[in-house]
Amino acid sequence: MRAFSYHRPDSVDAALRGVAGQSGTTTEAAVKFVAGGTNLLDLMKADVMRPERLVDISRLGLDRIEETADGGLRLGALARNADTAHDERVQARYPMLSKAILAGASAQLRNMATNGGNLLQRTRCYYFYDTGTPCNKREPGTGCGALTGVNRIHAILGASDRCIAVHPSDMCVALAALEAVVRVSGPRGERTIPFADFHRLPGDTPHIDSNLAADELITAIDLPAEGFADHSTYLKVRDRASYAFALVSVAAALEMDGQTVRTARLALGGVAHKPWRDPAAEAELAGRPASLESFRKAARVLLRDARGQSHNAFKIGLAERAIVRALAEAAGVEHP
Amino acid sequence: MSQPTGPASRSHARKQPAPPPEPMDVTLTINGSRKTLRVAPWTSLLDALRLHLDLTGTKKGCDHGQCGACTVLVDGRRINACLTLAVMTEGRAVTTIEGLADGEALHPLQEAFVEQDAFQCGYCTPGQICSAVGLLEEGQARTDDDIRELMSGNLCRCGAYPNIVAAIRQVMDSQPASQDGGTP
Repeated sequence: MRAFSYHRPDSVDAALRGVAGQSGTTTEAAVKFVAGGTNLLDLMKADVMRPERLVDISRLGLDRIEETADGGLRLGALARNADTAHDERVQARYPMLSKAILAGASAQLRNMATNGGNLLQRTRCYYFYDTGTPCNKREPGTGCGALTGVNRIHAILGASDRCIAVHPSDMCVALAALEAVVRVSGPRGERTIPFADFHRLPGDTPHIDSNLAADELITAIDLPAEGFADHSTYLKVRDRASYAFALVSVAAALEMDGQTVRTARLALGGVAHKPWRDPAAEAELAGRPASLESFRKAARVLLRDARGQSHNAFKIGLAERAIVRALAEAAGVEHP
Repeated sequence: MSQPTGPASRSHARKQPAPPPEPMDVTLTINGSRKTLRVAPWTSLLDALRLHLDLTGTKKGCDHGQCGACTVLVDGRRINACLTLAVMTEGRAVTTIEGLADGEALHPLQEAFVEQDAFQCGYCTPGQICSAVGLLEEGQARTDDDIRELMSGNLCRCGAYPNIVAAIRQVMDSQPASQDGGTP
């Protein structure tokens, strides 16, 4: 690991002073916050990330889970993933989120990783991790090793000719379906970022993962009151039964009128540079009977522009079947 | 494959490397004793244990959080010592495999690993046992499948998994409190 200096401020304001004056987005910053450290320190060992200074925010508080005035829950940015998944209110009111968190990483990592850090984890693309290969995300302008290389785990939706990496988080897929809101503090005060606008598609700037500015700090993630507790699930498909990243994952959440879907939320993981939502597919489900046939139709709408790379075209069919199964489980419909 | 990129073309390579930051003092409780260490900021908790404190029971496997050989307990919770900086554990209580036995009396999980023959080469065993201590403390496991899922962060290249599950099951069954769930 390269040399860096370490600071542990005792307040949010002091932490923000530690990153004051940095321009651009947090992914490019030379001064980085560290909390759980599970992804950042790993990337520093691999020489992929090279911060000159770490600001340890793990003792700033911001680790509570609290009720909000509108009947939702506020998840502290520094609450550990394990504590969030096992929180009784999260389990009762947002079971899809709890399931998604527990589908990710290992028990040790979930004890360390924080909610804010989960949002900021970086892709697991092999070429991003391998400093001996080109990567537009790691070294802008050098090219993409995955496009013509081994791309089994890569994107089928929203990719660009610069980058076909996927976002690795499970938690974020459920947060996208729940339409969570990210609360952020910075020198310009506080602001909120709707979850759909937090992460970015690669386009021409794949080195920028999110719209968080380099001088801002995530303080909390707000969950709206509607948690879809009665009709939701998180389904993760991976190469081994535990402790592996998703090939495809689906957060499915429904409001039902008897056997009819009133509204639907669908978010996919493992398929794009950010959790993937598609209003057209969700509209396709609304007002329709909860049946395998209509679920399949919605899946095909969602995947209408999906494009396989040389090794991952299987993900398109896999995603279709996973969407149908997740919706069937959420709706309580029998499925094969 | 395209041409590899040399360090010279790296957009964020440093032109004038700053002098390395000074080592820092860290005070923490290791297996019940208070210790103060002087470490560089980039020293992992794992390296601090092994190289500064001669506690070599905690093993370095992958050094990337993937194998679990470095699992220790910090304030009673299992974590990967390879992905934690020593300076981040200031003031915390760290328990390693060396701190589990009470004198000559083995920890129940250590005894169970011996009784169930839950290892071959033994390299992953300190991490497996510390992880299992954390698992029992968390109180989430009910079934053997739960144990397998919640121990998935600890790899065993010898494939002693069935006996590892049996050892944890043995201790779980002998502790009625953990059957009611405990408190996470």
